[in-house]
Amino acid sequence: MKDILRMENINKIYPNGVIANNNVNFSLREGEIHALVGENGAGKSTLMKILFGIEKPTDGKIFYQDEELTIDSPLDAIKYGFGMVHQHFMLVESMSVAENIVLGSEPGSSWNLDSSIQEAQAKEIIDKYHFQINVKEKISDLSIGLRQKVEILKALFKGAKILILDEPTAVLTPQETVELFEQLRILKAQGHTIIFISHKLTEIKEICDRITIMRDATNVGVYDVESVTKEEISDLMVGKSMDWNIHKTPAISGDTLLEVKDLTVLNEANIPTLKHVSFKLHRSTILGVVGIEGNGQKELVDSITGLTKADSGEILFKNELINSMSVNDIRSLGLAHIPGDRMERGIAADSSIEENMFATYTNDNKLVNKNFLKTKEINKWSNNLISEFHVKASSSNVPIKMLSGGNIQKVIVAREFTSNCDCIIANQPTRGIDIGAAKFIHKKLVELRDKNAAVLLLSADLSEIKSLSDSLLVIYNGQFVAYFEDASKVSEEELGKYMLGIEKQTELEIKRCER
Amino acid sequence: MRKLSFDSKFEIIRFSVAILIALLLSFIIILLVSDTPFLALQKLYLGPIENLRRFGNVIELAITLSFAGLSIAIIFSSNEFNLASEGAFYASGAVAAMFVLSNSLPAIISPFLSILLGGVVGAVIVTIPAVLKKKWGASELVSSLMLNFIVLYFARYFINNVFKDPSAGYNATYLLPETAKLSKIVSGTRIHSGLIILIVTVIACVLFMEKTKWGFELTQVGRNRQFAKYVGINTSAIVIMSQVLGGFIAGVGGAVETLGMYTRFQWQSLPGYGFDGVIVAILAKNKPRYVPIAAFFLAYIRIGADKMATSTDVTSEMIAIIQGIIIMLVAATAFLSNTRQKMLVKEVRNNG
Amino acid sequence: MDNFLSYLIDPEFLYSVFRVTTPLLFAALASVVAENAGASNIALEGIMIFSALFGAIGSGITQSLTLGLLFAICGGLIISLLLAYFALYLKTDIILSGIALNTLASGGSVFLLYVILGDKGSTSALQCLTFPTINIPIIENIPFVGEIISGQNLLTYIAFIMVWVVFYLLYHTKLGKYLRVVGESPQAAESVGLDVRKLKLTALLISGVLASLGGAFLSMGYMSGFSRGMVSGRGFIALAAAAMGMLSPVPTMIAAIIFGFADAVSNILAALRIPDEFVKLIPYLVTIIGLIVFSQIRSSSEKKRRKKVLSST
Ligand SMILES: Nc1ncnc2c1ncn2[C@@H]1O[C@H](COP(=O)(O)OP(=O)(O)O)[C@@H](O)[C@H]1O
Ligand SMILES: [Mg+2]
Repeated sequence: MKDILRMENINKIYPNGVIANNNVNFSLREGEIHALVGENGAGKSTLMKILFGIEKPTDGKIFYQDEELTIDSPLDAIKYGFGMVHQHFMLVESMSVAENIVLGSEPGSSWNLDSSIQEAQAKEIIDKYHFQINVKEKISDLSIGLRQKVEILKALFKGAKILILDEPTAVLTPQETVELFEQLRILKAQGHTIIFISHKLTEIKEICDRITIMRDATNVGVYDVESVTKEEISDLMVGKSMDWNIHKTPAISGDTLLEVKDLTVLNEANIPTLKHVSFKLHRSTILGVVGIEGNGQKELVDSITGLTKADSGEILFKNELINSMSVNDIRSLGLAHIPGDRMERGIAADSSIEENMFATYTNDNKLVNKNFLKTKEINKWSNNLISEFHVKASSSNVPIKMLSGGNIQKVIVAREFTSNCDCIIANQPTRGIDIGAAKFIHKKLVELRDKNAAVLLLSADLSEIKSLSDSLLVIYNGQFVAYFEDASKVSEEELGKYMLGIEKQTELEIKRCER
Repeated sequence: MRKLSFDSKFEIIRFSVAILIALLLSFIIILLVSDTPFLALQKLYLGPIENLRRFGNVIELAITLSFAGLSIAIIFSSNEFNLASEGAFYASGAVAAMFVLSNSLPAIISPFLSILLGGVVGAVIVTIPAVLKKKWGASELVSSLMLNFIVLYFARYFINNVFKDPSAGYNATYLLPETAKLSKIVSGTRIHSGLIILIVTVIACVLFMEKTKWGFELTQVGRNRQFAKYVGINTSAIVIMSQVLGGFIAGVGGAVETLGMYTRFQWQSLPGYGFDGVIVAILAKNKPRYVPIAAFFLAYIRIGADKMATSTDVTSEMIAIIQGIIIMLVAATAFLSNTRQKMLVKEVRNNG
Repeated sequence: MDNFLSYLIDPEFLYSVFRVTTPLLFAALASVVAENAGASNIALEGIMIFSALFGAIGSGITQSLTLGLLFAICGGLIISLLLAYFALYLKTDIILSGIALNTLASGGSVFLLYVILGDKGSTSALQCLTFPTINIPIIENIPFVGEIISGQNLLTYIAFIMVWVVFYLLYHTKLGKYLRVVGESPQAAESVGLDVRKLKLTALLISGVLASLGGAFLSMGYMSGFSRGMVSGRGFIALAAAAMGMLSPVPTMIAAIIFGFADAVSNILAALRIPDEFVKLIPYLVTIIGLIVFSQIRSSSEKKRRKKVLSST
């Protein structure tokens, strides 16, 4: 079969200096479902944003049906028949399904919008592709799965022949995923070509024809899905075998350090995202909390660390009620936190490495003398941390935004680990960083545990969380649905079922985590 | 010498180009409107250094603009667009004058207390919008602009009714007592001891921002409030602190201006120093250490413009156009961004 | 006090409420359009200054109202275009650009006044035109109501018609929908190929025209001719009115009328020999109080909703 689309020697350097695509070649055959895989930060979204005209490549060429294209904006991309469903939905929440579907190509008069024509046309396309959705409903009232359907319909309405789906299943429930796959098969049957970004290899095996694997901004291989095994794909994605090979002794669980009782948290939209959750965290243990992103992990972490106030329930740390304490007071009690949103919260991008490291030490007598900074000491201290944590940077005065993701994470870890904490909340501590850095961080976490501290680990990486945690909680839809006292005894497949809400342990089984 | 980072290198280029464009614009405007363009240009650029008195004027104005710039730099460091320094300047000038008029304290003590009082008044005024925002979520920009007018009319009531000197022939207070005034320190000019207060204030601000815990925290709050919260900084307290400080400095500035430059308090409308402070702070990139330089630059072109206006047919307000363009260019993040991207690509590729 | 109350129900007073509301209403609608598209137009004050100046000079020189209005709009658009260029194309912070342009306009207006007329204070050297007042047939004969509603300036009627125009534009046209999309979610707009920058530019231009009408009213209706300082913060009060009106045209109109009312009251108090300073600060004080009351109502209803959700889980 012939390629209908070719991207040749695509390079992309972002204004912060990150090389996101490095001489990437990518091609697509008509009518196939083509998987694009790679770890977080490999450059998949960037490549697709270039194809869709959202980002401009630093250089490189794009050919469609052997004609060279210049794609300056999504408008051009739409004109050529490309449609994209982004990782983060791009819908107008205050408007209806119909208004969103027809957005940008409204039928009827421009100066007298007629909602009935819009709704009729939206319905037409919904029926054509056998979707089921009420055109009158507001986006803000829809579930994630339905929102995604609106996104797909939006692209189809504009006549997309090539559909780009950026990690569509990351946010879906299992039933929704099944439905999505049904939908994709229908689309394929009707002659559409689909680019499917994911790192869930089972799904790729199930639905894709060919696969392109990216690692570190480059294309490391293109295969027929049938001809490679999951293990081979995974090896290519991460560079070497993903056996974390963590050396740790069995946990000797100590005193209770952190206790969460009947915790409920509402998000900004007043939707309860954490519902009556309870558990205990003991010294000398690593407790993993695993789940698909957006099932209440953020709210759990934020309320423990004092960043949001719990709406009801109690949080006790070292037997002190910390519900309404300030972040600073909670930190002073010995609780450290590696945040999940590294760039938004973990650092101040415009500040130097040193400033980012020092930010939690403004009460430290060694570095601050009666509110005056000891500049020389701080400088020496930060340069020591840079070498101790192997941060690749010429000096501690470099703005942190100039560093790569892995090195930024090392700065954060350096800051949090050295603060003599008794308990650390590590949210996605190794997401999107290189293996070397990840292993280093794992080693540090185990060291911390062995020094009688406790770790609450949240991760979406099953093999990581399984091999690092001593015991394991599964969170789904704002509640714990399973507890495993020995994390090494549960299989990834089993975990998957709980994460997707297909299975749930009995209340009694779950309550073991409150001991 | 330490190697300049990529960003600093580029900043210097961008800054210079912005100033050049603005100067070029002034050149064009003058060519267009003046019958004696070369005289006008000469007066604009060289007028301030024609004689000592004129240069003195530059320094006198730079003192006031520095106070304004420091005030705004500290307020904006918290990323709050609070413009109440404008009202603070007016009110503290008025209060300082009323204070020295209503007692007969000896020299030094009188201006000292008066300036201190001015600072407190400024601090209170500038803090109000921040409190309104914290408590009720009212936009600090809008409420500070409203507050400026309230403060103006409220203070002016006392000036025009209670402290008005009927024999002055216009709306102004009685003559300020000599004991209250700031002494002149350079003969042949009106440069006053406010300069010394300014130098102390600048040093204090630089130390505060660069060497203290609070200055550090303020910087982080301004750069990324989410980050600041996460590392445990009490962001609301820091924001309020920066407004109190910025207001205090504006207040001191207003009092110093009144006691150093005038024989009576006679402002009938807002002096505009709050907005000038924005210009200075932007030029100084919110860094106290650069504020005096930026203030000097602005004062220089202002006095040049005055000189030009008195000697030629171009009015001094022309400079408002130039100033506006300069700040917008200096603050334009995408200005020369193509050049930056090209430099960056080269740099990244050179480094492997 | 009786005296004061009798002033309040005096038709002449109520007539003046609409008169002083007019420039505020134009500018507040200007803010509504810009803010809905996610582009804060802080330069309203500067736009009004320039349009008032250009309108006065234009009408004075050409002796034509239409040309005067055109001049006014062009004057205002100079500032809006500068704002759009810097904020949208050079990515200067839009609030900073607005502040800079207000300073530019207040000094620049004096500069231009001097270049053109050789006067730094006002356009008194010129015979400037004003827009006519209109008597509405039938209504003018209704006692009381007629005295208030009829006989207003043409631009006052246009201002109130603009409330409906802006409403229709935002909620019933494609352009208006796109503006709201750009304001609420620029990513959504971009994802379907809408040109975010161009839409924001459009919003700022529409906003500029509306504010220019307000400026034109000041120098060609409210007063005859331009004088320095005549806009006196109305651009800022308008921002507050739009914020209180939650960026929706009709509530914004109500907020503008409240501020207009305060302004008109200050005129009566002046007639009652209350010191002019206290009278002048009333509209600004009312604005701040209005902002507080409005935010208080909004946040307490939010709290109630949260409680309700919580008790049901
Ligand atoms: N707008 C941006 N500005 C700067 N860096 C970016 C931007 N978007 C992505 N990056 C960086 O580019 C790299 C590739 O990101 P992305 O294409 O999103 O990867 P993926 O989709 O494979 O997870 C990452 O290191 C990321 O941090
Ligand atoms: Mg991605």
